[in-house]
Amino acid sequence: MHKPNRIWNIFSKTMIGFSLLFFYLPIVYIIVFSFNGKRSLSELDGFSLQWYEKMFADPIMMDSVVVTILIAVLATIISTLLGTITAIGLSKCGKSFRNAVERVNELPVMNPDIVTGISLLMLFSALAVSKGFVTMLLAHIMFCTPFVILSIMPKLRTLDPNLTDAALDLGCTPFQAMFKVIVPQIRPAIFTGALIAFTMSFDDFVISYFVTGDGVQNISILVYTMSKRVDPSINALSTLVILIITVALLIVNIVPHFLHRKKTPLETK
Amino acid sequence: MKLKINPFFFMTGPYLIWITAMIVIPMLLIVLYAFTIEGNDVATIQFSLDNFVRFVTDKTFLFVVGKSLWIAFLTTIICIILGYPIAYIISKSRGRQSLILILLLTLPTWINMLVRTYAWMGILQEGGVLSNLLEMIGIPGVSLLYTDFAVALGMVYNFLPFMVLQIHTSLAKMDNSLLEAASDLGANKVQSFLRVTLPLSMPGVVSGITLVFLPAVSSFFIPKLLGGGQYVLVGNVIENQFITAGKWNFGSAISLIMAIIIIFSMWLTRKIEVQPRKEEN
Repeated sequence: MHKPNRIWNIFSKTMIGFSLLFFYLPIVYIIVFSFNGKRSLSELDGFSLQWYEKMFADPIMMDSVVVTILIAVLATIISTLLGTITAIGLSKCGKSFRNAVERVNELPVMNPDIVTGISLLMLFSALAVSKGFVTMLLAHIMFCTPFVILSIMPKLRTLDPNLTDAALDLGCTPFQAMFKVIVPQIRPAIFTGALIAFTMSFDDFVISYFVTGDGVQNISILVYTMSKRVDPSINALSTLVILIITVALLIVNIVPHFLHRKKTPLETK
Repeated sequence: MKLKINPFFFMTGPYLIWITAMIVIPMLLIVLYAFTIEGNDVATIQFSLDNFVRFVTDKTFLFVVGKSLWIAFLTTIICIILGYPIAYIISKSRGRQSLILILLLTLPTWINMLVRTYAWMGILQEGGVLSNLLEMIGIPGVSLLYTDFAVALGMVYNFLPFMVLQIHTSLAKMDNSLLEAASDLGANKVQSFLRVTLPLSMPGVVSGITLVFLPAVSSFFIPKLLGGGQYVLVGNVIENQFITAGKWNFGSAISLIMAIIIIFSMWLTRKIEVQPRKEEN
């Protein structure tokens, strides 16, 4: 029994080692080359911050960072509010109605992003809305809200309906019952939903690409249009993206510890 | 007397209006465009199957569809071959260790897919990290960028974590006493893996397949970045029809076919996933 175990040990360590190398190689690559002293994506030559200087001096790059963050924050707030209210409302509605709404709600999740993107492109064109910041924001709310609802619904099913009924009997309006009784119980799920919404919005390329216009670009669109040129300031921008997401994940995973919660959002995803 | 209207129903009102405007109507627009031909006015609208006829008769499009399916199939197979052992190893490691491994595996997926795909361009290009490595072991001057290999690699890189997570979830749910029972009944390790572990992890593999195959079929920036401008998959055709060619009707028809196939197969895998659970209860 001893020998196969050792072989298994070596095999599993190499396998995990190689897969971690595979997953982190591009990320390390981006960060390392963003400090490159040379205009090259393959040869390293000294350390410099010139690509960061270039990035911060480039109004197009800075605009894309502002657009990405602004849209992600707004889309997260709006879709979390909309999703929470809808999920709570749905949980108290009849089964067939709830199922019907859930089916439609799942469409943007199941549909390929490219189909969602062109469907919104056609909607905005049919309404003769000029494409830009607002259409991108609307699109982001559209694909973020289903994820918020999907992360809250399972938690709502586990709640004791008597608590809400008691609150209503004691004279609460449904809105009071929602904020005083239901929301405190599902706060971790709302938190998870908001985190998923934020990263979904922050990272989105495909849908944004189809619904934007008027020169409004988020970081992904900018990287896509710039990818044919050798420009290491894209690496600086990408490093900034990695930094923002890492900080967001850290905050989200550390904050619950202070609030004495057992599960972190990352585990529940 | 109290009116018996559920007050919570009104809370769903805003979202009902929202999904009608932003999900239902846009999808109907795709259907409308797919079944009409260009230059139609609302007054003189004419339905036709021309777009679909063109899709199934045009050899170049059939070739593109075939290529997309092939690359997606290849990606899925590689993801199963790599993903299953990884998920199995994680599920066999101790509690805290497996938690950390899962965390390490999911961390990169939170970072922008486009940014991570862009990084591979630098790694794969001539004179890049990988070709330098190949040169060191005696294979000089290989440019891996803009090849089938690069596209498949980009897809495996982006979608492998989904496969690992799905398989790991079904392996972690497995009752270990089943393995003990198998060994008590005289099965060796290989037998109990083949007869117990493998069948019980199949639902994870199946949902992993949908999470890999479907995005792989519809992906358009991975082939564009890693396959080059000449590399065309279904997603690129749709992008071209809408962004450069302006043929919305034909683009809608392709999108509609793709959406139906994908939603149908998702629905099918859910059926497969739900069935064994029902039997358990």
